[in-house]
Amino acid sequence: MHTATIDDSAHHDEHPYGLMRWVTTTNHKDIGTLYLWFSFVMFLAAGSMAMLIRMELFQPGLQLVQPELFNQLTTMHGLLMIFGAIMPAFVGFANWQVPLMIGAPDMAFPRLNNWSFWLLPVAATLLIASLFVPGGAVAGGWTLYPPLFIQGGIAYDMAILAMHILGLSSIMGAINIITTILNMRAPGMTMMKMPMFVWTWLITAYLLVAVMPVLACAITMLLTDRHFGTHFFDAAGGGDPVLFQHIFWFFGHPEVYIMILPAFGIISTIIPTFSRKPLFGYVSMVIAVASIAVLSFIVWAHHMFSTGMPLGGQLFFMYSTMLIAVPTGVKVFNWLATLWRGSISFETPMLFSLAVVCLFTLGGFSGLVLGLVPVDIQLQDTYYVVAHFHYVLFSGAAMSIMAGVYYWLPKWTGHMYDETVGKWHFWLTTIAFNVTFFPMHFLGLAGMPRRIPDYAMQFEGFNSIASVGAIVLGLSQLLFLYCVVKCIRGGAAAGDRPWDGADSLEWTLSSPPPYHSFAVPPQVR
Amino acid sequence: MQGDTLCEPDRRAARASEVAAGVMCMLFGCAGASRADYALNLPPPATGIARQIYDLHTLILWICAAILVVVFVPMVIALVRHRRSAGHVAHRFHDNLRLEILWTVIPVLILVGMAYPATKTVIEMKDWSASDMTIKVVGRQWKWEYEYVDEDLRFISTLSTPRSEIDNASAKNANYLLEVDRPLVVPTGAKIKLILTASDVIHAWWIPAFGVKQDAVPGFIRETWFRVDEPGTYRGQCAELCGVGHGFMPIVVEAVTPERFLSWKTEQRTQMAALKEASTREYTLTELVGHGEKVYAANCAVCHQANGGGVPPAFPPLDGSKLVAGPAGDHLDRVFNGRSGTAMQAFGPQLSDFDIAAVVTFERNSWSNRIGDMVQPAQVAALRKQP
Repeated sequence: MHTATIDDSAHHDEHPYGLMRWVTTTNHKDIGTLYLWFSFVMFLAAGSMAMLIRMELFQPGLQLVQPELFNQLTTMHGLLMIFGAIMPAFVGFANWQVPLMIGAPDMAFPRLNNWSFWLLPVAATLLIASLFVPGGAVAGGWTLYPPLFIQGGIAYDMAILAMHILGLSSIMGAINIITTILNMRAPGMTMMKMPMFVWTWLITAYLLVAVMPVLACAITMLLTDRHFGTHFFDAAGGGDPVLFQHIFWFFGHPEVYIMILPAFGIISTIIPTFSRKPLFGYVSMVIAVASIAVLSFIVWAHHMFSTGMPLGGQLFFMYSTMLIAVPTGVKVFNWLATLWRGSISFETPMLFSLAVVCLFTLGGFSGLVLGLVPVDIQLQDTYYVVAHFHYVLFSGAAMSIMAGVYYWLPKWTGHMYDETVGKWHFWLTTIAFNVTFFPMHFLGLAGMPRRIPDYAMQFEGFNSIASVGAIVLGLSQLLFLYCVVKCIRGGAAAGDRPWDGADSLEWTLSSPPPYHSFAVPPQVR
Repeated sequence: MQGDTLCEPDRRAARASEVAAGVMCMLFGCAGASRADYALNLPPPATGIARQIYDLHTLILWICAAILVVVFVPMVIALVRHRRSAGHVAHRFHDNLRLEILWTVIPVLILVGMAYPATKTVIEMKDWSASDMTIKVVGRQWKWEYEYVDEDLRFISTLSTPRSEIDNASAKNANYLLEVDRPLVVPTGAKIKLILTASDVIHAWWIPAFGVKQDAVPGFIRETWFRVDEPGTYRGQCAELCGVGHGFMPIVVEAVTPERFLSWKTEQRTQMAALKEASTREYTLTELVGHGEKVYAANCAVCHQANGGGVPPAFPPLDGSKLVAGPAGDHLDRVFNGRSGTAMQAFGPQLSDFDIAAVVTFERNSWSNRIGDMVQPAQVAALRKQP
């Protein structure tokens, strides 16, 4: 009997080698790795586009790119960063970490898992290929507003198809994560004993299942408006262009939290580890995440204050938006209380996490400023908004991803990463990020609209500064690549538990963990 | 009296931003840059609403600064004193109900405090009743059309920055990209109601100093209002991405005294009569081409380019175009009626008979196009009369 079990697990460890291993894999760690590498490639691709945008904006006048290409670059940068870099990176974390943290052998639906990943390269290829079709890529902004979106060429249909595929992939991934968390937890791990990262992903997955179909509806309506004579968004046929914005943002605002809740999960894992203290206010943290998710469904029209809503609508969405500050504040206070009277050390993951807490708070403040209708009317569609969402999405989401990679890299590879390179990466990224995006607050206040390829003379100073920052920020990410590759190829042995403050289940396994994580479920007390 | 209350915070804000700009300059090593290049705050308000927005923003900034101190001072203390390297041992507490209730309730109270002044301003922004004057604004790719309702006065306002400045071939002037051929002129002290719509895609009419930003949605009417007290020139831009020319669609409003406004209206009427007059006579080829070149630069060059090469496939070239080489009637029809489903708009309602005749003639006789024929204003007038 005993021998049989060992034989069995040995059999499962067999897998094809080379390319076929990755194409056919149903293993949660392999798929997690695929997701993470895919998202990093997209991060570099979309980041290069941002650098091109910033180079054009270094000085007034048109130098490098013409307005047609400029609009394509801003649109593709947004779409690729959101759907190609940030979302898949978090799914990559979920794949690697959720089974490890709840004591499961793998994800609930391994083949579905394989398929949800391999849809991504297809969608990304479609999107990137659309840059090279006649007329160029989508240029109407990532928000796809009609009627502008109706005007474009074949690339627009390719983008719609790509987003359908991405949506499908997200929905399948989310169903897999929900099923895994609800059914495959180790004996003794009740819901309220789950690590915070698992909690945030459970709630994120529900958000995904709820809103991705809404996006699918919106873009299908665009498609039929473009080709099949419907008039959902065309006033001449009884439709309304603003209807699209309502549907889009009903997806779009929960989408924002889809990109930030798992980041909260990562930060809530790392800060206790390096403070050598349990997370402060676990229960209130769970309630805060759940409240943010619920509130995210009733704030969407704060993206549309300048479309001309009735007074009642503007007031409702202003109040509901301001409410979100409460649970978000609770999270920040909890992190602060976790740090308080801890025994704090400053390894790279902790540095990134602390920067996320500070910078995300700044992004939260600018969000509060934008939430007030009168101020929003002034700042909507300006660089202030660009600054705001980069403070939440880059220094919130992307830097949490970096924190998480440094934190779990020793577990994933079995080697310690190079702490010196990691710290260089951290400081360069944080400083360059602020040099790039902080001045954009001033540009927006002074009246510079977003999505313009050329600007008036008074905006030159801060634009030049931002451009220099952006180039440094972009190039610094090569250090990240170097550090990760170096760690994969070798380094000091990590041991099972390289961080003395870490206490979730993944640290009870070897580093790297066995091909099948928990063949025997651990007992949680 | 009112002037005094407006001026004091302005002067203080100006001084504060001067100091801050100096700090920024030192920080980033940008010595010698002019102050205007590093504006740190909202532009000086020119309307009551903009003033309220300015004050609301300042209030929130201070509240945020206070919260920042409350959050980050303990954080810095923890990071300095509770370090492992300083030998600090972790206290393993993880709950404190009283504290948690406190930091949920206090933010709610702060938010209510913020919502109150904001609500007051929103209600005022939405009240466009009892206006003294109504102007209809139509956003088009990529220009603004203004119509003084009840005044029989209508014109189109387009970017007047020369192409050579955009292409870095000549030095940029101080109002680069924020200048138009015909600004919107309004009297000071009057409550001006704007009704906005668009003819193609969504645009947004925005003057930062007025605190007014309103999307212009095709097929729908939107409303907003402003009242300027000081005469002056106020500049803004289209704020909603509307295609290739989005960055080249400025808005300029000139606020003048009511007396000056009356004489401006008379001037406009005379000019419009002269334009009508101009559309009734016959022209020579040279005259038409000469005028057509100007019309082309202002209306067509954004898409079809100054050299007629276009940006295919979205914006087809006119140089060597089959349509241009074909019968003049078809060519005129395309310019007059546009082509639905493309970015080619109908210029019939936008330009005068003389303008349209001239620009068609110019296109038929420029670059490598040497058709040699011309279109007279009378032909355009005939087209206009067709049902």
